[in-house]
Amino acid sequence: MAITTTDIEALIRIAFPEAVINVQGEDGTHFAAEVIDESFRGKNRVQQQRAVYAALKGKMEGSAGELHALALTTKAPE
Amino acid sequence: MTAQDTIKETVTGNDVVLFMKGTKMMPQCGFSSRVAGVLNFMNVEFADVNVLADEDIRQGIKDYSDWPTIPQLYVKGEFVGGCDIITEMMLSGELDQLLETNDVSFDKDAAEKIRAANA
Repeated sequence: MAITTTDIEALIRIAFPEAVINVQGEDGTHFAAEVIDESFRGKNRVQQQRAVYAALKGKMEGSAGELHALALTTKAPE
Repeated sequence: MTAQDTIKETVTGNDVVLFMKGTKMMPQCGFSSRVAGVLNFMNVEFADVNVLADEDIRQGIKDYSDWPTIPQLYVKGEFVGGCDIITEMMLSGELDQLLETNDVSFDKDAAEKIRAANA
């Protein structure tokens, strides 16, 4: 089963219950996710995005990974 | 030498290293192509490592940085980020600052041109 935007949001939601999460990817292959969460405050982008990737663990891995193309944007709330 | 040793030697032995799919002259993935394109356009001298040529390096670099995707950019041995982060840093001017701080030469006018084209 191909992964959907709803699946991606659900996975991120588990790790970031309070976050503003916006996932787009109408073609089912190339996704873009924006995650705005208080826990990102004071962290650099690598640390922020590593945490999001951790939430998606397994999905990004290897050539069989369902999620090849995910553009990530992360930040703390303004 | 293990893959981790090879990676460590590569990132510490070169000021700027891009682990990518394909080569800087012939990228084989849109994300790798974008980062290599920015560095080429900015005239940054960098070493390119084609992860498609070595499965141990392809997995090893992900373990090394605890980062699941390719491309990966390193400056003076430090992991800077993947495609999204480099793009953001390019447009915000943070990449210029990072290169300046690390005494890596680049074409500032070219960087400004990229920003002007994406404003």
